[in-house]
Amino acid sequence: MELPPYATLGQKIWHYAFYAICGLIFLFLITPILIIAPLSFNAEPYFSFTEGMLSFEKEAFSTRWYNDILINGMADPEQPRSWALFWEWLWMALSPAHIAPQGFFTDMWENAQWVRAMKNSFFIGFFATLIATALGTLAAIGLSRAEMPYRGAIMSLLISPLIVPLVITAAGMFYFYSQVGLSQTYPGVILAHAALGTPFVIITVTATLVGFDKSLVRAGASMGAGPAKTFWKIQMPLILPGVVSGGLFAFITSFDEVVAVLFLAGPEHRTIPRQMYSGIREQISPTILAVATILVIISICLLVTMEMLRRRGERLRGIRS
Amino acid sequence: MTDATATHGPDGLLLAADGTPLKTKLRESMRASRMRAFGLVLPLLLFVMASFIIPIMMLLWTGVYNATYAVNMPASAPLMQAWDGSSEPTEAMAEAMVADLIAARKAKTIGKVASRVNRELSGTRSLFTKTARRAAKMEAPFMATLVDRDKDWADVETWRAIKTAATSLTPAYYAAAVDAKYTATGDFEMQGEERQIHLKLFWKTIWVSGAVMFACLFLGYPVAYLLAHLPAKRANLLMILVLLPFWTSLLVRTTAWIAMLQSQGVLNDIFVWIGITGDDQRFSLIYNMTGTLIAMTHILLPFMILPIYSVMRAIPPSHVRAAKSLGATNSTAFWRVYFPATIPGIGAGGLLVFILSIGYYITPALVGGQDGQLISNFIAYHMQKSLNWSLAAALGGILLAIVLILYWLYDRIVGIDNMKLG
Repeated sequence: MELPPYATLGQKIWHYAFYAICGLIFLFLITPILIIAPLSFNAEPYFSFTEGMLSFEKEAFSTRWYNDILINGMADPEQPRSWALFWEWLWMALSPAHIAPQGFFTDMWENAQWVRAMKNSFFIGFFATLIATALGTLAAIGLSRAEMPYRGAIMSLLISPLIVPLVITAAGMFYFYSQVGLSQTYPGVILAHAALGTPFVIITVTATLVGFDKSLVRAGASMGAGPAKTFWKIQMPLILPGVVSGGLFAFITSFDEVVAVLFLAGPEHRTIPRQMYSGIREQISPTILAVATILVIISICLLVTMEMLRRRGERLRGIRS
Repeated sequence: MTDATATHGPDGLLLAADGTPLKTKLRESMRASRMRAFGLVLPLLLFVMASFIIPIMMLLWTGVYNATYAVNMPASAPLMQAWDGSSEPTEAMAEAMVADLIAARKAKTIGKVASRVNRELSGTRSLFTKTARRAAKMEAPFMATLVDRDKDWADVETWRAIKTAATSLTPAYYAAAVDAKYTATGDFEMQGEERQIHLKLFWKTIWVSGAVMFACLFLGYPVAYLLAHLPAKRANLLMILVLLPFWTSLLVRTTAWIAMLQSQGVLNDIFVWIGITGDDQRFSLIYNMTGTLIAMTHILLPFMILPIYSVMRAIPPSHVRAAKSLGATNSTAFWRVYFPATIPGIGAGGLLVFILSIGYYITPALVGGQDGQLISNFIAYHMQKSLNWSLAAALGGILLAIVLILYWLYDRIVGIDNMKLG
């Protein structure tokens, strides 16, 4: 992309125009994601910048929408709260007796809508990821063996949850699961999310296995290690970055999924995206922006984790970029 | 050195230590390792079958098979199926009908049956519920009594609608999904131009997917080019700007676009501030087709950039240099040498974006307003609101067929193995 010293004026203009165009496209990509953070500190219940915000007046900003995440839906949000009370509550809740004191934090944990949505999201995401990662890793190992029969057909079948329109998947699951009594239950949503997450695990683990040196397994076997031991001691540590990033993909798929939840979940299984969906449709308040900001921060953390995993994986397999 | 294990059998075949021919032994061992590989895949295969493939198959089956009438009206259903649809309805049909109506009212399934027949001929819902209420008191001759109660029973069209509803295995829903009507005599008629909602919707969906694909291509290609030609350090930094939207929740991005595009939103504020438009005539950029297009392009752009980028990275820079040293101008070198080499990436990205956007649901539902709704929204509507599951299944079946053809193309052109993430 260096401009040669003999470039003509037209070439120079084109060169800088190209940079400008790319800059605008990057702006298009990133602005919407960054704009929600300042908007979420709006003191007024609007989705846009107020006069005060633009002139940086202190009163125009507030954290009331972040507070709203915690208290929305609580029976009595006026109860006293402090960090000391929080630690006390946490200590009591984590103690073997499980007797949480009555008070602000118990009320929040039990009743606040967003807190409940967060609990549901993590609960469903955890089990969906567990199923998807375990089954997907096994299948990827099988699929990358040269002697696997019907490899192409099975691979396209297993990847298909990624391709089939979500509405069709969700409608089919809704129709079938309601006949077998899985509709409006946690297992139903977990199964659906696990099925949607497996293609990601297969793709990432298969990609890691491409660079895997099979003679290492044979070397282990020749020294007397059984199949289980070679798997856990040799293969697993080497493909672990792929497995973890596949698991992260599966988790984020579940964490972000809303169509299957719309079809399969009852009101008590609402996840964060489901809560946002109804928030956008019904009463649009900056609380959604506050939640969105938190989710952006989470995805930045995930992005960093993925990048570190990728580098570690390449180092382990001896690939230099 | 003599080999103790590999001896020759009577017919000259190599034998293993236990006396079986080596060929058989090898085949056995190959089969065992094939079974082991298959055994590793089997749990997931069964899981995906049970939780994903079978549910979709079952749904698609309801698109051609609806037994609501046959199950709830057992006496009249076989008679209606046997009727030719053009001759005068018989007394036996009327008698069976009255008996079924009494039974269905008692079993409280009359509502289901009435709405099923109503889908074939509107207005028959009230005819059924009304007649069922009085059916218990009806006496022979039933046909005359029925007509006496409501003269719609004298209309042969009513009976034709019932015949269509009584046939469980029927192409009627697929016909309805492409705006045709399957008549009682077994013919297909196209609906009038103004009633062709589904075909219009399919075309609109394909048009939107194509528009999003091209928008992604025009925006994604320069960015991929820039990323592929910058020094690795700066490219990695800019890559974050592509990957962050990719990792951000779909709903977060949709929310962000609402904040950007709504009439009191950031973009309109900027337009007013610059003076492009007046405060009282802000652009309506959201809750219509424009909003759907902008938000979908933003959401799917990374899916276009990443495959093109990985193809561009693999093109040796010497090719363009060689073209230039042979006298090609910059634009010739680009269009004749560089661009053709990036076509696999364009194909991969374009197909992926098209496949994903053709089934898009959430974004159109949230920012599409009235005219930004796509075929997926209609399927969801029939699944959840109108409860016409058979029609939803037929629409879904057609959509699925389109997607599977594109998926097959993707596999042929790109190969599923080459699908990469991040």
